[in-house]
Amino acid sequence: MKERTMWEQIADSLRSRSLWMLHYCTGCGAMELPPTMTARFDMERFGVAPMATPRQADIMLITGYLNTKTLRRVIYTYEQMADPKYVIGFGSCTINGGIYFDSYSTINRLDYYIPVDVYIAGCMPRPEAILEAFNYLMEKIRKGEADGWKRYKENYEWYKQNQIRSLGEVYVHDEFHE
Amino acid sequence: MTAVYKAILNLVIAFFFVISLEGIARKITARIQRRIGPPWYQNFIDIFKALSKHPFSNGWIFDFGVLMALGGAIATAAIIPMGSTFWTPFPNTDNFFVIMYLFAVGSLGMAMGMVGSGSPWSAIGVSRALTQMLGYELPYLVVMSSVMYMYKTSSIHLLIEKQATNGWNLYVMPIGAIVAFISLIGMLGKKPFDIAVAPAEIASGPMAELSGKYMGLLQIMHAFSIFVEVGLFVDLFLGGGSLGWFLVKFIVVWVLATLISSVLPRFRIEQMLKFYWGVPLGLAFLNALFVLLGWTF
Repeated sequence: MKERTMWEQIADSLRSRSLWMLHYCTGCGAMELPPTMTARFDMERFGVAPMATPRQADIMLITGYLNTKTLRRVIYTYEQMADPKYVIGFGSCTINGGIYFDSYSTINRLDYYIPVDVYIAGCMPRPEAILEAFNYLMEKIRKGEADGWKRYKENYEWYKQNQIRSLGEVYVHDEFHE
Repeated sequence: MTAVYKAILNLVIAFFFVISLEGIARKITARIQRRIGPPWYQNFIDIFKALSKHPFSNGWIFDFGVLMALGGAIATAAIIPMGSTFWTPFPNTDNFFVIMYLFAVGSLGMAMGMVGSGSPWSAIGVSRALTQMLGYELPYLVVMSSVMYMYKTSSIHLLIEKQATNGWNLYVMPIGAIVAFISLIGMLGKKPFDIAVAPAEIASGPMAELSGKYMGLLQIMHAFSIFVEVGLFVDLFLGGGSLGWFLVKFIVVWVLATLISSVLPRFRIEQMLKFYWGVPLGLAFLNALFVLLGWTF
């Protein structure tokens, strides 16, 4: 691993304390986020706040299974985010497909298509597990180990090849105007 | 030369004081919702983190608009008097009209830059923000005209001095002060009037395309705008005093606005206009009539 400059270390510790998240709510995991945000578990005390647009977001939450149609949108959204960006995969669906492992339209392993920094096991993970994952991600960012965005840049050809193999084309068609 | 030092002090206070207050406002909202909430310095972390990211630009109009917004806000914050003639950086330019015009430069720069990003959400957000400006400016300016008519001056530090002999404007014209406070909540973009920045409906409105450094600059600009808006209200309605008293009054007004905003839902755009052009505008005209007839306390 490359040695970080002092400025990068400061920037990393700032990034770890202020994670703005974009939740891509495709699956059941979205249901676990409202209790995590509100009074009982309150993730704002760690500096984690929801953001409405990918441009301002730091972490993307993939909350469950992804079929090929939504995967295109996820890749688009991921590429729109500004650079130190991190991905959290929720539940077993993003690890190995979960109960949708033999579905014809669902991808099994998210890591082939976009780099994932932290996985949360379970179906579905409880809010405690989600907070644990946030803290683990913060620790990783502070140490400079959460380098998914660098891996995506370095291995862009490989990721693109996987995306095209599963999707045919990554381009999202405008269904209403074409 | 001292004027420049005082202006720099203005900006330093505007930056550190207002951003801390924004963090405290998040804490207050969290406590009202029975959460723990982020630490008070969370907004500093947010801003410096945003400045450390690698942003996307959307052309030079976009870059220029963000810089113009920040520059306009800084220029306005530098000339705001802080509670007394001594803490007035530029005693000849602290005219109410100068401040309002300079302040509009920031808003227009933001509008230009955000529309320049080409995102439809930004265009909708900007049109909402400018409509809201039309809503709150009208009652606010009617109240301000009656204040300036009563004291026969539009210089802010002279108005502060007049209040020292005459009593706070809050007591002299209570109706006007209430209307100005309602307009202030709209100016700050706080809860019943946060129509322009509606994250759930139009993806943060004007900020939809802002990433990284641009977002950080705009947050700093927002802090300076808050300093101008609340500072003007404190100067014009809550009398003068030392620098410490000015900051205490600032905190009281800000916390009151935060408490009101943390328990209210959001208006729709036409409800907001109906609200502002209904009761507050009527009360503003009533206040102006009282001032014209000399019926003040």
